[in-house]
This record gives sequence, C-alpha cells and structure tokens, in this order.
Amino acid sequence: MIIQVKINGIDKEWDVDPGMILLDLLRDKGYKSIKRGCDEGYCGACTILLDGQAAKSCVMLAGQAHKRSITTVEGLGTMDEPHLLQKTFVEHGAVQCGYCIPGMLLSSKALLDENPNPTEDDVKEAIDGNLCRCTGYVKQIEAVLDTASIMRGEN
Amino acid sequence: MAVKIKDELNVVGKSVLKVDGLSLACGKAKFVDDYELPECLVCKVMASPFAHARIKKIDKTRALQIPGVVEIITHEDIPRVPHTTAGQGYPEPSPYDTFTLDNKVRYVGDRVLAVAAETEEAALEALRVIEVEYEELEPVLSARDSMKEGAPVIHDEPEAHVIIPVPYEPERNLAAHVDFKIGDMEKGFAEADVVLEKEYETQYAQHCPMEPHIAATWLDENNRLVILTSTQVPFHVRRIVAERLQMPIGKVRVIKPRIGGGFGTKQEVLVEDVCAFLTLKTKRPVKYEMTRAEEFISSRTRHPQILNMKVGAKKDGTLTAISMKIIMNTGAYGSHALTVMCNSGSKILPMYNKVMNVDFCGDTVYTNMPVGGAYRGYGATQGAFAMEVIMDEIARELNMDPVEFRKINHIRSGEGSPVFAALGEGKAGVEQKIGSCGLDRCIERALEEFDWEGREERRKLAPPGKKRGFGMCILMQGSSIPEIDMGAASMKINEDGSFNLLVGATDLGTGSDTVLAQVAAEVLGISVDDFIVYSSDTDMTPFDVGAYASSTTYLSGYAVKNCAEKVKMQILKAAGDMLGVDPYDLTIENKKVTDMNGNSVTIAEVARRALYERDQHQIGAMASHITHKSPPPFAAHFVEVDVDENTGFAEVKKYVCTIDCGTAINPKLAEGQCEGAILNGISYALTEEYIFNKKGRMMNADFGSYKIFNTADLPEMKVILVPTYEETGPYGAKSVSEININGALPAISNAIFDAVGVRLRTAPFTGEKILMGMLGKNNGDPQVKPEEEAAAEEVPEENNAAEENNSNGNGVNNNNKNNGSENRKDKEGLSGEPASYGNYPAKKKKKR
Repeated sequence: MIIQVKINGIDKEWDVDPGMILLDLLRDKGYKSIKRGCDEGYCGACTILLDGQAAKSCVMLAGQAHKRSITTVEGLGTMDEPHLLQKTFVEHGAVQCGYCIPGMLLSSKALLDENPNPTEDDVKEAIDGNLCRCTGYVKQIEAVLDTASIMRGEN
Repeated sequence: MAVKIKDELNVVGKSVLKVDGLSLACGKAKFVDDYELPECLVCKVMASPFAHARIKKIDKTRALQIPGVVEIITHEDIPRVPHTTAGQGYPEPSPYDTFTLDNKVRYVGDRVLAVAAETEEAALEALRVIEVEYEELEPVLSARDSMKEGAPVIHDEPEAHVIIPVPYEPERNLAAHVDFKIGDMEKGFAEADVVLEKEYETQYAQHCPMEPHIAATWLDENNRLVILTSTQVPFHVRRIVAERLQMPIGKVRVIKPRIGGGFGTKQEVLVEDVCAFLTLKTKRPVKYEMTRAEEFISSRTRHPQILNMKVGAKKDGTLTAISMKIIMNTGAYGSHALTVMCNSGSKILPMYNKVMNVDFCGDTVYTNMPVGGAYRGYGATQGAFAMEVIMDEIARELNMDPVEFRKINHIRSGEGSPVFAALGEGKAGVEQKIGSCGLDRCIERALEEFDWEGREERRKLAPPGKKRGFGMCILMQGSSIPEIDMGAASMKINEDGSFNLLVGATDLGTGSDTVLAQVAAEVLGISVDDFIVYSSDTDMTPFDVGAYASSTTYLSGYAVKNCAEKVKMQILKAAGDMLGVDPYDLTIENKKVTDMNGNSVTIAEVARRALYERDQHQIGAMASHITHKSPPPFAAHFVEVDVDENTGFAEVKKYVCTIDCGTAINPKLAEGQCEGAILNGISYALTEEYIFNKKGRMMNADFGSYKIFNTADLPEMKVILVPTYEETGPYGAKSVSEININGALPAISNAIFDAVGVRLRTAPFTGEKILMGMLGKNNGDPQVKPEEEAAAEEVPEENNAAEENNSNGNGVNNNNKNNGSENRKDKEGLSGEPASYGNYPAKKKKKR
C-alpha cells in the first residue's frame, strides 16, 4: 500500500507492507535517530511527533501515519544549528548514553509547543513515558525548564 | 625532564560539554543498529522452555524449507568449547562452564539454537517450526535447594572447570567459595554487650540499558572477522570470541560504536559468538539484537544473595566482631560467581576497620535460574544492604544515633584494613592504606543539607494517613582492580595542533571520552575541542580492560595522563629547538609553548615543523598504567520516606547524597553518574524484582510488569560533591560510577523502620511486605522459607543463643538484655531469623 507522509517538512510517498510497524519503516528509510528499546510501547525510545503530538512509533502501523506529519530529531535541529532543546540538554549534562534522548527531546518539544510556561510537574508528566536508566532525570528536567525560560526571553 | 606541577587547573574540574553530546542529541551518533550492512542476515535465538533438560533431538528440516531461512546452528554444528561469558581479564576467575550451544539447557531462556534468515519474520517462523525433543530433568529453583545433599547436579558435564586455583565443585553445585578469619571471633563476641544476628536477602534484578545487547558481524576484504558490538569490554570480546571460534586473535577485530548504556550487563560476551558462527557459516553479515524479553530472561542479572550477619558491639558503640556469611545464587552459569561474592565483603567490611575480629564465608551456588553477572555495585550493593541495616539495628539496640555510631567506627585516611589483603578478585587482595577520605566531611555536609537534627519536627509534617521516617547509611567502593587491570592510550599530533586520542577505555554513555580528553588537555595546555577522541576498536586503539570495576577515570585516566606527558616532552623538545632554548625552561599553555623571555611558538607551528619542515618526525606516544591501590570513593546517603498506613506503600520524598570521588574531573558528568545510580538504587529497593512461576520461568519480562522508575517516581534529589585529592589518581581523581547505587537499599530500609517500626530485611520493600509487617504478619513475603524446610534445619549447639534471642527479634546478650529506651518495637519484618548453615549444611547427623 502507498502512504503519504510529511516528514520533517518534506513530502514522501512510500510503498509499504500493510503489516509494517512505523518504527521499522522510519528506521529503514534512514531516520536512525528513532531508537528501539522495547517494541512494546513502554520505554519511549521510539517517540516521534505525529501532527505535533508525541507518539510511540513501535506500537503503530506504518499506515497510521498516512496523510499525517511526522517530526523526528533529524528535523528538530542539526549539529550546525541545533534546536535550543538540543543545546540545553547538552549544556545541562542531560545526555549520558543518549539512547533515550531523541525521544525525550520530542516529548519535551511537544510540551513546550503547547505550554511555554511549564511547571516542574508539567515537565515530569510530559517525559514520564520516556525511560532513562543513566541519568535519574534530574538534569533533563532542569534542561527543559531552562529551555522554556530562555524561549520566554527570561534567560 | 621534570614535570612542572601546575598550580591552577584549566580544564580538569570544569564541566566542559560532553564531546559526543551534541551528536547524540541530534540523533547522529551511531549505535550498532544504526550501521547499514548490505545483505545482512537477521539472527534469532531459540530459548529453552524448560529450567533443566537434555536436548534429545532437533529437527530443522521443515524450518530450512522456509523461504529466507539461510542457516540454523545447533550444538551439533559448532565446536564445543567451554568458556565463561564474563568479560574479565585473563585468566578469568569465573568458571569455564558455558558453551555457545550445548546439548543441555540449564534455565528457562537458555540458548537452544540460532537461526539466520533474510528477514526477522522468516527467522521467527523457523523458530516456530523447528522441533526440539527434550528430556526434562528435575530443576533446582532456589539457592538453598541447590545446596542440599542429593540435589540435581546442574553442571554434570566433565568439561566444567576453573582455570585458576580456586574452590570449584560443580558436582555439588558449588560455583565458588571464599572464606577467611581475622582475629578471635569467640573472644570478640564475648566482649560485646550486644550481639545481633540477622539474615538479609536481595533479589534478582536486571540492568535495563535502554539499548539491548546487540552485535553485528561480517568478514572484511581480507577475510577477517569484524564484530561491531555494544560492549563494555571490546578487548575481552576479541579474546573470548576468538577462543570460542578457535581462531587466532589477530583474525578478529572488535569495534565499539556508541553504546546505549551497560551497567555491567555488557561486560558479558553474550551475543557476539552466535553472530560470528553464523557469519562464518554463511559468509554474510549477521546481526543479533536481543528483544527486551530476552534481555530480562536470557542476558544477565544481579546475583541474589542471602546474607547472614552477626555483629557484636560494646555499650560505648565500639564494634567487637563482625561475621558475614553469604549464599549467592549465580543461576545456571557462574559468570562473576567468585568475584561478585568477594566484593560483597571486600568493599563492605573495611568500612568498619576498627574491628579486629572478622570472619567471612561465601558460597556461590548454581541453580536452574537466570544467570547473574556484573551489575553496577558488583556485590557491594548486596553487602551494603546487610551491613548498613545491621549497623542501624545495633545502633538502636545501643540507643545511639546511627550517625554518631558510624562516626565512632568508620575507616579514615591513613588507616588500612586486613580485609583488603584477605579478599582479592580470584587471588589474594592487595594491602592498602586509605589515602584520601572525605567521609567525615560527607557526613557533616549531608547532616546539614538533610537537616538531620530537624527530623523530629519534619516527622510531624507527614500528611494524614502517612508515617514519615528517616534513614541513612555510609558507603565505600573501589577504583579499579589493583595489579590486575591495565589501561592504555595513544596520541598523535596533526598539522593544526589537534590530536587524535585513541583509548581502549570504553565510553558506554558515562562520558569517559570527555573525561579522558580533559585529562590530556590539562597536561598539554589545550582544550577538549583540540582532541578527536576515539574509543574503542581493537585494530586502532591500544589495549584496555574495558569499562568495569569503576576503573576508567582512575586507571585509564592515568594512562592518558602518562601518554600526554610523553607527548608534551616531545613538543617541548621541538619547540626548544625552534626557540633556541632549553626545553626545561619552557611552559606549555593556551596552545602555545613559551620561554622565559615571553617568546613563543604555537603547538600548530611545532606540529607543522615536525611533520614537514625540519627534523621530521611524528609527535605522538603510547602509554599504559596499572594501579597498586584501589582507592575507595566514599559517600553518605540520607533519605526521607513516607509510608502509607493503609497500603504500606513507601514513597521516597527526599534523597541526599554526599560523595567524595576525589577530584571530579567533570563535575556535571560526575553528578549525572550519582543521580543515575541513586535512582536505579531506589527503583531496585522499592519495586524491581523477578517474579517466577513454579517451573522457574520469569513472568514479568517487560517494562509494564517490571517497573523501573520514571519521572513520576522521582524524589527530591540532591547530590553534593565533596572534593578530596587522591595522590594516586589523575589530578586527584577516584571513581564515582558504582558506589551510589548501593545506598538506597539500606537507607530506605532504615527509614521505613524509623517510620513504622517494620524492619525489612528482604528486598524489594513493597507495600505488601511493609503492610504485613505493620500487621505483625510475616507471610507477606514470597521469599520466606517454606516451613518444613526451616523446621528440618539442624541448629548446632553454639547457635542456640542466637536462636533464643530470635523470639523477640533482638539478639541482645544476656548481661544487657534490653536498653529499654527503644521506642519503636521491632515488629520483626520478614525472614529475619538467622540460619544455621555454615554455609553448606554439614553432612546430616540426626540429633535425637
């Protein structure tokens, strides 16, 4: 079956097997920032933005993305021009092994797009579907709060 | 040439950005699965459905007819090479009791065979249709059952053996044994006013790196085997896989790309061998990635332990004797069976070094259960639980503040412990005196930050329906394995004054690439940005034992420092020629070499001259390092817990950790190590456990039913670095990565007791267990011994005193029965009764 998606702002048309999992499709197409951690929707390493909402691509069929817009970390920023979230995550020491980070960045972006003035609890809730075993989450929460305040022009 | 000691540090001690941070945050950094390998086959492994069985027959005919199935290997297709999966230095102290594939399966999840197919679907379909005929054998599903006379023998194959002279008796399921005695135990206990004997138990747990085990293998253009793998130990992988494949080591290359966390489970050589065999058979690239369920069931775990502690103390708080007896369950294979158990003593007993009477006895036993392995903390986690809880219990018996009690007894700078020499890792330990020790300051700083004095006021602020409690513990670990571990680095200059820094040390997300570059940058007066850091590739980087035993900063960091010092000498010599002065009179700073008159040349100019212009040579060096000490980092952990009176559910509200890791080379990364370890520890203490069915199958192999903490569970957490200077470490550094996973078990157990008077000696501390304790019932504990078994146990005469005391839960010596001021009665939580083993039951003499 043919699906049409807009991914990181670019229109794509892909011929996919109806049983194909969205995570597998996207990784096959080269979007390697999306990671596989459990294949069961628990860990959040495969998080993407689907029409701006954080979604776990390992428990979605490719067809469910038809005519929708997808954002991955490749579309968030580049190493030359990183998104502010990417920059603050690094500055706050929020990145250790980095395997969960693309997913966590996208969950954080979804939050900030909707709520430019999040509380600490809002941040915790936004990323509670992204498991991280390295960090203890402290620095990631700090980074998201700091990003929000910079975006509001406070820092 | 003398090295000038710098007064001020420019790079070390600064939170420079992680060298791979932005690449990771942009999703660019490559993990194993991110490499595209043309024509790559997918490997899937069949897991045993039985805990203990012999494979009678495997019929792969139907599976081979499935389109896309390329190769199936069973134990009949590959050489039978006994080995250990433990990625330790050679000769490994773990027994050689494992085969890549065998005709016997020893736990649910053990490997039966492996398939390589064009697609995952075809591989899975093959696993579905392959017929395997098993002869079921009686399984052994607990450590104590394993020790019984006549228990089924798990390793009955003749090949199982150890390659170093250590006790190993597979015919009675004994995978490792260590014991030692210092002083006179009888005298020690006789001198005590209070003697407590208690039993503690820790549970299975999994490391849960977000990236599961994964490896890809292929043959390069010269027919050499290349292994791209998510490992902590690339050089051990090369050696062990070569041995299994019976290939020369030189024919194997191991590449470690970015790693998605390890925590010890990737110190195992688990996936590389099957992949490699399939590549050799098919001549094609093969990739094997464990599923999350395989990660739980078939990879490695934290060894469960039963710890029997007996401690004597005088009224003034002086300890008189400590006895520690451990039964450790290593599961079906003896990976790290000896050394994890040794560490439960060697990283724990020296803390209370004033005691002159110490005995230790550890037995590691095989069962038909998941396999233990290295896990952050490495036995110290289990040992710290038992030791730091019994110290709390004894302090309460003596009516002393647990902090004051510890201050009387803990080890200090300049002191040693006979335990250091008595307990090593597969050989005798190395005697050492403590150099840097900031434990006193850690305690003071934590008391202040936590407001320990104000806790009675805070207790009153508990919300309705909750009881608030406070607990603490002190910790030590080590830094590297002395006189065993070796790390090395090499470095070369480029025309622009940049350097390639090649290290065998394995950054698995810890930030070691950054920390090592900081050490080199400090020596050479340049910045971290001037380094291209590469770790690790056995063809390119010098040897390093790998990332384990809290060694990278302390050991590999020193190797990098040695290497940078050599390079510095070469630069100074070339610059001296250029400036016409003696190299002794030069300083190197800010990317320049400057003489006494202020004349200078840049490092880039030195490089260009050396490479192109005059007296051409490559400025570069290689250096290595071994250590003669394993200086412990120290920490104090303080915790505040609220317990729900209706459900028993315990919630950590506040967690303060003060840590002396020597110089923190990169404070922010060091804090991150602490925070991650603490949360993993809390998660282990409160929720993480393996649930087994009666046939030994782990029933909760997913993140839905095996709970690891997320942001919703996060307490208020404060980490404070308390700097000291360790003379033997690079710029004064010690280790930081493991120690802080050990505090949550004891500190939270102590806090729960403080809150509701229930003493939890069996982890995890679930609401159910706490509630049962509050109700005065012990049967909430699934791990309590069956009654008939407890009744059948012989109680030797000399243990009768302890047995008597057990009735009130307080093993107080006769002359000081009760201090009377205990305001929280010990409701004798769960399975606190001392056992009567030592550790194996003596040949039964029926007592009439």
